[in-house]
Amino acid sequence: MYYFFAVVKQPVVFLCFFLLAICSQAKVITVCEDCEIDNISVAVAQAQPHDTILFEAGRYSAVNIELVKPVTLIGRKGAELDGEAKGYILKILADSISVQGLRLLNAGKSYTKDFAAIYTYRAEHFTISKNEIVGPFFGLLIEKSSNGLISNNTIYGQSIREDDSGNGIHLWHCKNVLVSGNEIYGLRDGIYLEFVENSTIRENFSHDNIRYGLHFMFSNNDKYIGNTFQNNGSGVAVMFSKFIVMKNNLFVKNWGTASYGLLLKEIYDAEVQENQFIENTIAVFTEGSTRVNYLNNHFERNGWAIKVSGGCYTNIFAMNNFLGNSFDVSYNSKMNDNKFEGNYWGSYNGYDLDKDGRGDVPHRPVKLFSYVVNETPETVILLRSLFVDIINFSEKVSPVFTPDELVDLSPSMTQF
Amino acid sequence: MINTENLSKRFGQVQVLEDINFTVENSGVIAVLGPNGSGKTTILKIILGMVIPQSGSVDFGNASILGQWKYRRQIGYLPQIARFPDNLKVRELINMIKDIRGEPANEDHLINLFGLNKFLQKRLGNLSGGTRQKVNIVLTFMFDTPLLILDEPTAGLDPVSLIHLKELIEKEKKKGKTILITTHIMSLVEEIADEIIFLLEGKIYFQGTVKQLEKMTGQNDLEHAIAKVLREDD
Amino acid sequence: MIKILRYSFYDLARSRWSYIYFLFYLLLGFVLLFLNSNLSKAIITLMNIIIVLTPMIGTIFGVMYFYSSREFTELLLAQPIKRGTIFLGQYLGIATSLSLSLLAGLGIPFLIYGVWQSSEIWNFGMLLVAGTFLTFIFVALSINISLKNENKIKGFGYAILLWLFLAVIYDGIFMISLVVFDDYPLDQFTLLASMLNPIDLSRILILLKLDISALLGYTGAVFSKFFGTGMGTVISFTVLVIWTFIPAWSMLKIAGKKDF
Repeated sequence: MYYFFAVVKQPVVFLCFFLLAICSQAKVITVCEDCEIDNISVAVAQAQPHDTILFEAGRYSAVNIELVKPVTLIGRKGAELDGEAKGYILKILADSISVQGLRLLNAGKSYTKDFAAIYTYRAEHFTISKNEIVGPFFGLLIEKSSNGLISNNTIYGQSIREDDSGNGIHLWHCKNVLVSGNEIYGLRDGIYLEFVENSTIRENFSHDNIRYGLHFMFSNNDKYIGNTFQNNGSGVAVMFSKFIVMKNNLFVKNWGTASYGLLLKEIYDAEVQENQFIENTIAVFTEGSTRVNYLNNHFERNGWAIKVSGGCYTNIFAMNNFLGNSFDVSYNSKMNDNKFEGNYWGSYNGYDLDKDGRGDVPHRPVKLFSYVVNETPETVILLRSLFVDIINFSEKVSPVFTPDELVDLSPSMTQF
Repeated sequence: MINTENLSKRFGQVQVLEDINFTVENSGVIAVLGPNGSGKTTILKIILGMVIPQSGSVDFGNASILGQWKYRRQIGYLPQIARFPDNLKVRELINMIKDIRGEPANEDHLINLFGLNKFLQKRLGNLSGGTRQKVNIVLTFMFDTPLLILDEPTAGLDPVSLIHLKELIEKEKKKGKTILITTHIMSLVEEIADEIIFLLEGKIYFQGTVKQLEKMTGQNDLEHAIAKVLREDD
Repeated sequence: MIKILRYSFYDLARSRWSYIYFLFYLLLGFVLLFLNSNLSKAIITLMNIIIVLTPMIGTIFGVMYFYSSREFTELLLAQPIKRGTIFLGQYLGIATSLSLSLLAGLGIPFLIYGVWQSSEIWNFGMLLVAGTFLTFIFVALSINISLKNENKIKGFGYAILLWLFLAVIYDGIFMISLVVFDDYPLDQFTLLASMLNPIDLSRILILLKLDISALLGYTGAVFSKFFGTGMGTVISFTVLVIWTFIPAWSMLKIAGKKDF
């Protein structure tokens, strides 16, 4: 093994020198308060394609700076770009631009224009990473761009109302973008995607946003994996989209009226797998969604684990855990075309005499009381009352209001 | 010592006492007599504060007893039916009452007198009626109180114990105590009572000595005197 | 009063029933933990039981003890003790002894199971607090009933009816009226109606812990304020304390006027 490396090492070193020789044509422009160049506009104007502009610590005024050639902007620790509340800070308008390590503050706010800290338009191969964006209207506004990377940025504001705040990361008509490791809070939507395809949202932490942690509209073939959505107006809203994969995300404490962990509206062919929903008012609200598979998810202590509104067909719920939710499943109609099979229900009180790990008695996850609460929300205060237990029991014995065929025929005896 | 004024008590529709006025000034044995349901026990219980009168007042010493409780330190009460918590032992009961009253008591002498030594570790629920009555007597007489209220003290007692009881009453009387007693045994009344209060239909029919009652009815003994009163009443 | 309390307490402590009650909870605790093997699930099951059972046991015990301790009461009434002291002492004696059976009976298995180290300790604590409140309230209510009724059978009947009413029927009427008057704003009515029943009240205290996610789903402003802030807990607790005092006070009032 050692011998092998010893032989290979020399060509590798050689290759490095070779690359360095090519790259060395690109130069580094350093910007600092006492330097020759103490101003971003001058630096950007002087830069040749593929140059790097390096910002030393200090605050630099940056109002509507347009990047129209491939350059790399790197901020050293303490380097800040100040938008002076006048408009955009940076505009990425060419391919292969990279913005890293900068602190961007005082981007403008407007009711007529979507000002953003970094605006990107028709750019490819852009990289925006490790920046800190403070109190923007929009954080990153990316339009008609593709093949980009948005990673490890922190974007935060102190928004209170939906109508005078923008989104943290806003993608519109984009393709092949990877959004990963960002933390976004205090904005309208943490991450917003509209007409975005083949993109991946991974391991972001989106919390305390007024509307949604993550919001999809008309976007197909995307994935979001391993993200955490906590304490947003609602966790994630996926609307009018197809072929979305939602995997291994954590939805926590999305509390409030009409507050969801995950809202699915007009969704086709999606996968919801291995997610954890903890203490949300409604963990999953689904409306008009078809062919969605909910597998191996964990629902714990939510108000409603799954709330199904009209027109949901051929969805499959299997191998999920339902633990300590106030209501496991709630329907607003007697119609059911969805399948519940082999889930673990904390509220199941059947038995397993043949020891195959499956309960011998089918489980009915929809309680009569959930209908009463749908009709008269105030009755929620009677939750867990003996009277409610009694009416639930009688409904269980002879179903009148709840869908007859809505049963889990082989409930799991053990938690997954 | 005790003074009642216009005392009235009604249980539901039944007027049990009506305008009762009497005074007990001196020490001695006062027997409260009357047919069944004439309100004897009710009067005693009113004095004890266990029954609350509709109207009228009761003074003990020189103060009204209504709503008071401290004056009960000066009263020993022997209830008509000796009912005690069943799962207490005799010794525990005696100690408990001592503890609650927090006064010096001399129960040992009384326990010996009534031969209760062998019952001290028995549960009250397991005792016979007579033995329980003896316990009752011990509890009443063991404190040094100026007033003793004895409601049917002889119930269930054997002759020997009855003699002991009489001796006990005599002894307390000699100490200058006042003893209020109800009983159906007229010989006992003739023997020990200095004064009788005769109740009839909730009213005091007669208050005075035995002799005065006999004289009034023209009979030779108390039993007949009372029988005459009752017959006339019909 | 402490003396009376002590005697009532010891009297009960040596009666078979306190042990049965204690052992019942001990067994319940162990069985629940054994079957559920999960603290949080056991606590949810336990909550349903506590809300229904502690009032029932409190009621039955209160009536039973009160009728059977009449002799003791009469004995005490002739002693130089204030009436209020006697009844308050007895009441506290019963309620304390029952509460201790509850606390020890459930506390032991859950402590062995490690509730102290778990995040469930607050929920469990709330459960015990609610159970204790309910015990005190229902013992007081049942003493009220037994003071009012000389007839044991009648008193027992009324006590059970009271329990049945507050545990089940009240909620039935409550729910039906909510459904019927659906078109009106019901926020305040709902909260008020819950306050008027101590069982509902303690249920809400526990809901605030276990089902806050669901409670916050309702739109009403009054509701959100009640459940969304600490206010719900504070108000529920206050009302529960008031609920404990009113029957105790009325018990003393009735006892003060009663003939023995």
